[in-house]
Amino acid sequence: MVPVAETVRVERGTKASRIFTYVAAPALVALLTLPWWSGDLGWMRLIAEMAYYLALAQLWNLLAGYAGLVSVGQQAYVGLGGYALFYLTGVWNINVYAALLLAAPFAGLVAIPVSFAVFRLRGAYFAIGTWVVSEVFSLLASLILVLGAGSGLSLTVPIFQEIASDRDTRDTIVYLMTLGVSLFVFAIVYLLLRSRYGLALTAIRDSEPASASLGVNTFRTKFIIYLATAACTGLTGGLIFLQKLRISPEAGFSINDWTVVVIFMVVIGGIGTLEGPFVGMLIYIVLRELLADYGAIYLMLMGAIAIAVMLKAPFGIWGWVIQKYDLQLFPVSRRLALAPAERHSSGPMVSSAE
Amino acid sequence: MDWINILIQGGLLGGFYALFAIGLSMSFGIMRLVNIAHGDLIVLAAYVAMVVIQGTGLSPFASLIIVVPVMFVLGYALQRGLLNQTLSGGLLPPLLVTFGISIIIQNGLLQIFGAYDHRLQEGSIETESLKFLGSLDIGVYPLLVFAVAVLAIAGLQLLFYQTRLGRAFRAVSDDADTAELMGIDNRKLYALALGIAMIFTAIAGVLFGIRTIFAPSAGPIRLILAFEAVIVGGLGSMWGTLIGGMVLGIAQAVGAALNPTWQILAGHLAFLAILIVRPSGLFPRTTD
Repeated sequence: MVPVAETVRVERGTKASRIFTYVAAPALVALLTLPWWSGDLGWMRLIAEMAYYLALAQLWNLLAGYAGLVSVGQQAYVGLGGYALFYLTGVWNINVYAALLLAAPFAGLVAIPVSFAVFRLRGAYFAIGTWVVSEVFSLLASLILVLGAGSGLSLTVPIFQEIASDRDTRDTIVYLMTLGVSLFVFAIVYLLLRSRYGLALTAIRDSEPASASLGVNTFRTKFIIYLATAACTGLTGGLIFLQKLRISPEAGFSINDWTVVVIFMVVIGGIGTLEGPFVGMLIYIVLRELLADYGAIYLMLMGAIAIAVMLKAPFGIWGWVIQKYDLQLFPVSRRLALAPAERHSSGPMVSSAE
Repeated sequence: MDWINILIQGGLLGGFYALFAIGLSMSFGIMRLVNIAHGDLIVLAAYVAMVVIQGTGLSPFASLIIVVPVMFVLGYALQRGLLNQTLSGGLLPPLLVTFGISIIIQNGLLQIFGAYDHRLQEGSIETESLKFLGSLDIGVYPLLVFAVAVLAIAGLQLLFYQTRLGRAFRAVSDDADTAELMGIDNRKLYALALGIAMIFTAIAGVLFGIRTIFAPSAGPIRLILAFEAVIVGGLGSMWGTLIGGMVLGIAQAVGAALNPTWQILAGHLAFLAILIVRPSGLFPRTTD
């Protein structure tokens, strides 16, 4: 018998992930330089929207798909981030970049007391509990005069002139910032999943009692993930409303815009994978652009597709791809590989949990 | 006397919330299903009643003869055709499938009826009131709704504890696998349970449509109110749900008395406060 250490090793990168890097890197460069080689405002807006939706989808996926915290109240942090930006710049006259950076810790801080309440609920009750919290923030925002009460706040001219005095430069900077935040959020989620927290998270998701008995501090892990997600969602929210230039309680804390749509993306794309939110976001945007003239129909269609996916392919489109082709573009799982000669005959060794 | 009035109005409002909550409480109690579309189904019932009233000229109360069976069949079919498939796969499938149903109902209503406000007209009963002890004014309609809620809960208790069907419901609630071994067809029973739950949803929808204006987007807040009543009262306890609804109603009435814009907020805050102090509610029964 051959000693195990010589034939089996743990590896992370896959052939697909290495090939994907060569495809993705030029595509990313193309997107980042878009303002210079195209400069088309319509495209820039659409891509920026895709970027922030991707960030929200990755964050919700981290929360629900990996930590098992199915929240339908993430719009609370989008709204808080937006309001933080408008309040800090408009009332306290803080520089717009500083205000944007402050939106993240602000949302994270608010998440601490919120978690005391909602962490007392489990499962689906946790979900609706988070929704109630978001309703509370929305109602509070509509009552507080300095936040513009029911009509909300606008970003004034001097504030967005702080970014750049001419319009083209401003559009370019906001576009690049959005892409930057989306990449930043993606990097955080990716690194988190590759860290020991990632392992702890998948263990908790698969069985909370079992992971606890193996020494995972389940409460602390979930708590940290919840705070980190809230902070990143707040930052994304600040950026979203920097583009919209106006915020109101309904727009800021909209469950449909910031949570329902995001959940559909993740579920259709494949929950619990890093690729899923990406695929789901693309499908959503394409469907929406195609069906833009049919009003409410495209949302009904999204609902129907989400139901069908949940019943027929609960791990979504990417989950199906993994099952069929064992494809991983962003390697976060560890897999055992046999010596090179044997590797191909050994078949897929990734567990279905990924 | 003012505060007594507020307490009574708030308590009666609780009857409304309890009525919203019965269907939600039942489907959780029996199949551990948290139905996100519950609020939208209440609103759907109000729209069905509206169509029936326009088509037949019946009064809203009389329209229940048609609305109740329609909603019963819808509930039965929904559970049989869709929701039964989600019950074995953990938390996400039922949550997301009912979420999908909620979006479909909301946008379907929007597509068919537009975003306009509607209301069901029942005539003078909406505004009549009774005088007690000289200065207490109690609306006949809130009193009627409260009575319906009490009767509905009493009827359900009878069903659960005095009938064969009720015994089967309790058996699958306690241990679905063992109940199946004893010869119960769980899938049929679940469908029946959602059907019965929808009878109360239909009643709640019509009574709600008479009291306030409704639009396609009115569902989610009903779900939240129903959910709060269930959690405050304690999972699985029907009378607890009634008390939970009353606690919410009173909190809202007190909030509204201090400042009319605080009504809903006061209810949410009372809910969160109770959640922190007593996470399993006032009268917990079922464990999840």
